[in-house]
Amino acid sequence: MSGGHSSYTPNTGIEKWVDARLPLPRLIYDSFVAYPVPRNLNYAYAFGGILAIMLVSQIITGVVLAMHYAADTGLAFNSVEKIMRDVNSGWLLRYLHSNGASMFFLAVWVHIFRGLYYGSYKAPRELLWILGVIILLLMMATAFMGYVLPWGQMSFWGATVITGFFTAFPIIGDPIQQLLLGGFAVDNPTLNRFFSLHYLLPFMIAGVVILHVWALHVTGQTNPTGIEVKSKTDTVAFTPYATIKDAFALSLFLILFAYFVFYMPNYMGHPDNYIPADSLKTPAHIVPEWYFLPFYAMLRAITFNIGPINSKLGGVLTMFGSIAILFIVPWLDTSKVRSAVYRPWYKLFFWIFVANAIMLGWLGSRPAEGIYTILSQLGTAFYFGFFIIIMPLLGLIETPRRIPNSITEAVLAKTKSGGQPAGVAAAPETKG
Amino acid sequence: MKKILLGLAAAGLGTMLAFGGGAFAEEAAHNAAEPTHFPIKHPEQMKWSFAGPFGTYDKQQLQRGLKIYKEVCSACHSMKLVAFRSLSELGYSEAQVKAFAAEYEVKDGPNAEGEMFTRKAIPADHFPAPFANEQAAAAANNGAAPPDFSLIAKARAVERGFPQFLIDIFWGQYQEGGPDYIHALLTGFGETPPEGMKIPEGTHYNPYFIAAKSLAMAQPLQDGQVTYDDGSPQTLAQYSKDVSAFLMWAAEPHLEDRKKTGFRVMIFLVLFAGLLYVAKRRIWADIEH
Repeated sequence: MSGGHSSYTPNTGIEKWVDARLPLPRLIYDSFVAYPVPRNLNYAYAFGGILAIMLVSQIITGVVLAMHYAADTGLAFNSVEKIMRDVNSGWLLRYLHSNGASMFFLAVWVHIFRGLYYGSYKAPRELLWILGVIILLLMMATAFMGYVLPWGQMSFWGATVITGFFTAFPIIGDPIQQLLLGGFAVDNPTLNRFFSLHYLLPFMIAGVVILHVWALHVTGQTNPTGIEVKSKTDTVAFTPYATIKDAFALSLFLILFAYFVFYMPNYMGHPDNYIPADSLKTPAHIVPEWYFLPFYAMLRAITFNIGPINSKLGGVLTMFGSIAILFIVPWLDTSKVRSAVYRPWYKLFFWIFVANAIMLGWLGSRPAEGIYTILSQLGTAFYFGFFIIIMPLLGLIETPRRIPNSITEAVLAKTKSGGQPAGVAAAPETKG
Repeated sequence: MKKILLGLAAAGLGTMLAFGGGAFAEEAAHNAAEPTHFPIKHPEQMKWSFAGPFGTYDKQQLQRGLKIYKEVCSACHSMKLVAFRSLSELGYSEAQVKAFAAEYEVKDGPNAEGEMFTRKAIPADHFPAPFANEQAAAAANNGAAPPDFSLIAKARAVERGFPQFLIDIFWGQYQEGGPDYIHALLTGFGETPPEGMKIPEGTHYNPYFIAAKSLAMAQPLQDGQVTYDDGSPQTLAQYSKDVSAFLMWAAEPHLEDRKKTGFRVMIFLVLFAGLLYVAKRRIWADIEH
């Protein structure tokens, strides 16, 4: 869609001069001003933009925090407290950064659920989706390593537990763990390499984001109907239409963000992380940050051996598998219809999937015993069942609802049934 | 949009049912004489001047709390991250802070002769620790080193449970789990353990203790132990409240600044969002979508 003709016309002499040498203004104009987007996008589509802003916000606050942080087991905890107490607005930077991580994940979960609901992963957007899953993986690694840096009790024990996963793999497990730790236990080398990688990975994320946006601009955005753009009346120009809508959504998101930063900055953290790391005292419950809880629940749900795979390796494979399975979602979904709007059964199972994910999150925060383990196992079974059984099967047996011929038709039908005058519905596209 | 909301509601309902079942199972596993989940009793939720979006510290209360820390707690508990200079935030003048610091001795050096020496503390110094190191602290306290108090009000909080932890986001902005816990612990020593419960020797039963049924510390505060100059009641209840508030300040000295800044940010964001909404309505006015 963006390939081919450009509608950018340099007017001033300097614009012409630059355009002939490095057409960066042309690229920006074509990508963020003239770029046509479906006219029927709802607010669920605003989270991509929100995520871009969150990435920038995390990088900026992170770079400044790094100026005051000391990556040394003897200094790390107190250097964070120095930021909180003595650095000008240090408390603000640090709360923005720690709550920003939570907000980043909140937005990314909504973004992914939106993709699953509207079938955004289906052809021709498979690579776009896969790049997104890679970003998710990088985000998870970054967030985990960032959580280790304050060197509190949860930092230390979280790092111990998570790097311990790798020992589940036969033969290669122990060397991998030792490479991650820089030794045989979590210690100064671990903290140093985690700090180094925590600083590096966000820039790798930014790189993949560029590819993600590039892929998006090649295929064009999906939309709630799942119908591809067919004519000019199906779209509006990115600016001002999408820009102003995204800006409004972003401002609402920032209100939520600010609410946590200024009024409940420690709500999403764990009190134990205000206790300096102590390798001799294990906390009663080691729990990850809230955004990892569903995966933690799935890890602990495997309490039984499956043939040669013991429960530990089984749990680790289940946890990694829960993300890995996202890579093949474009090929698991056999439906010819893209959007859940026209798929009554898929829609039902989608919402059960959301409820199940929330339930797994809650179970991840509970001790792994009794009823919690059973619920976790049921939840894990549904999580994988949704992708492996329901997705391929529904596409074959479900009867979708009638699909409109075009986005414009869908929009007009909605307006008519809403009782508003259709009027000059097929508004002219104000494309510059 | 309606359908999405409806779907969300259904998802929420299903999740809540599952939570309810789980929470019920948790309650059923409870045994009075040999409890497995701590604390045995949840702390009472107190009223704090620093709670809520417009919360501020009560300086008189913080000064009383400092007195309790100085006269009672500091015998065993360090507060390494707090500098004397920050006591000016409690309403003390520069001279008062200087005089307060001078009551303490800190180790310094080496001097020009290469000797370590002790000198009177200055405002830039931090509260000195009562023990030379953690081992000394543990040896003097029945094997359990008393925790540092700099962050204790943020490092302790009893889980609120479902659905309270969700309600906390929207109603009350509950962030006072730490002071509530400290207050409950300090006032909870008088209770008698349930019949059949064995209390390990050298420990003291307290149903509010977060990690076990009893702890190494004996009841530290009694009625009338500390003399107040401002006429406040010299009771355990009052002492506990005051020292909890003081420890909250020690853990989060910029709380007032944070909440004040937050209010300005919120006003700006709400107005900004309103303007963006109006602009968005105008821009999209001619486009069916």
